Amino acid sequence: MILARRGGIGRYYDINGWLFVAPALGLIALFMVYPILWSLWMSFQSGRGMMMKFAGFANIVRLWNDPVFLKALTNTMTYFVVQVPIMILLALILASLLNNPRLVGRGFFRTAIFLPCVTSLVAYSVLFKGMFAPDGIVNSTLQAIGIVSSPIPWLTHPFWAKTLVIIAITWRWTGYNMIFYLAALQNIDKSIYEVARIDGVPAWARFTHITIPLLKPVILFTTVISTIGTLQLFDEVYNLTEGKGGPSNATLTLSLYIYNLTFRFMPNFGYAATVSYVIVVLVALLAVLQFYLARERDR
Amino acid sequence: MRRKPTNILPAVLTYGFVGLMAFLSVFPFVWMVLGATNSSIDIIKGKMLPGEALATNVANFFTQVNAPLVFWNSAKVTILATVLTLAVSSLAGYGFEIFRSRRREGLYRAMLLTLMIPFAALMIPLFIMMGKAGLINTHIAVVLPTIGSAFIVFYFRQSTKAFPSELRDAAKVDGLKEWQIFLYIYVPVMRSTYAAAFIIVFMTAWNNYLWPLIVLQSNETKTITLVISSLASAYYPDYGVVMVGTILATLPTLAVFFFMQRQFVQGMLGSVK
Repeated sequence: MILARRGGIGRYYDINGWLFVAPALGLIALFMVYPILWSLWMSFQSGRGMMMKFAGFANIVRLWNDPVFLKALTNTMTYFVVQVPIMILLALILASLLNNPRLVGRGFFRTAIFLPCVTSLVAYSVLFKGMFAPDGIVNSTLQAIGIVSSPIPWLTHPFWAKTLVIIAITWRWTGYNMIFYLAALQNIDKSIYEVARIDGVPAWARFTHITIPLLKPVILFTTVISTIGTLQLFDEVYNLTEGKGGPSNATLTLSLYIYNLTFRFMPNFGYAATVSYVIVVLVALLAVLQFYLARERDR
Repeated sequence: MRRKPTNILPAVLTYGFVGLMAFLSVFPFVWMVLGATNSSIDIIKGKMLPGEALATNVANFFTQVNAPLVFWNSAKVTILATVLTLAVSSLAGYGFEIFRSRRREGLYRAMLLTLMIPFAALMIPLFIMMGKAGLINTHIAVVLPTIGSAFIVFYFRQSTKAFPSELRDAAKVDGLKEWQIFLYIYVPVMRSTYAAAFIIVFMTAWNNYLWPLIVLQSNETKTITLVISSLASAYYPDYGVVMVGTILATLPTLAVFFFMQRQFVQGMLGSVK
């Protein structure tokens, strides 16, 4: 540090160092920072296609009176609020069960549960669309074992279409989160669990009082990653519900709405950019909130 | 031994739960493979036995899809993205860790902030940029915005902390230039780090959908994910053909995963530390 401040040899290192860093930073500046600022500027403009003029806060006002936007926002938040906690809890339980060295075949179970992560979002959406078709395998199985009497309209009913999206994302991402928890669990001293077991702490209490607190940084990390992922949901919804956003927009997400505003309807870049900034603000707010909550409980 | 009866119930519950989850995770893959051997009607009806339509489905897939071209497009995009991302990000990861500067940490944090920018907020400006540069419908346009990856830079920097500085010092004494140290010492030593990053970038690039969907508009440039999506969104999708397509699209990432499974788990570990 002192060398760097004095200049001289430090400055020489500086130049050499920035040369290594420059390509990555340059590309990020050109393809991330510049577009996001451009997008902000665009959100204050209105017009069709490339013919745009300054519109002040007109786009933001329009948001509040746009039922389709409000629908997309509600749907996106519903996915987030319902799916992320289910997935995180499921991944935690699976990780702590599969971390037990006495569990026979745990290597097989781990690989099996992780397997969904290697599929593309498109490929599995396409598979799920077939499996959950009206006379598809899921409905026929549910009817055969007598859980439902008539087929569930997975793709055509607003409630079930949302449920299907939640089932699909949970299938794809639970194993991914589980791997993070497994990796973190391996860094925990096993004697902590031994002592707790000898003291007669029941399994559930070991999970809530040892595993969860020790994994908190990783849980925070996966929650933030999942939040960002859920707020950007596009591929699954587009492919499960044929790009329309489901029955009466029941599965429409913010990303899909932006896509529609830009490439499907009469292009309105300004308004689409405004909607995209809603995602930016939501991601930032939720990430800050999650960091804040994690820090609060530390005290 | 006396405690055994009380231990049976948790064991049954554990194996039952884990077994069910494993079954549910693997089932779509089984369905996909069996589906490729059955006719479209049998697939939708949920026939869970191998059928005799595999040859027909494969033949139909190859008549409906220009498979060599589509795979070549996907391979081109993926290889370009992987090689360039690894090169650019490892340079930056090394650069951020090795050099001392007051501005370093500030810039690094600013770079990490870009991880929070959702793609939806970038796609319109990026689309206009690519249009102005005359790059719409080219694979360069698909690859360019993905090369500068804050996440992979972060990953390389974290892993570089384990790179022994003695090696660097010794090389300095021997009179090696900084780029020589990087090329001849850092790259070979960090092999497993590169392997793990390779898997992550490869899978992301191969499976990428939204950005190629926007940029690649002609059939000659389309990648496999775009083709599967359009096969499945037909009014009456031929599920036999769709299954053959999803299998072919999943095989490369599946192969990469199984050959490099250990590095992958290590890679995930490295990014959490």
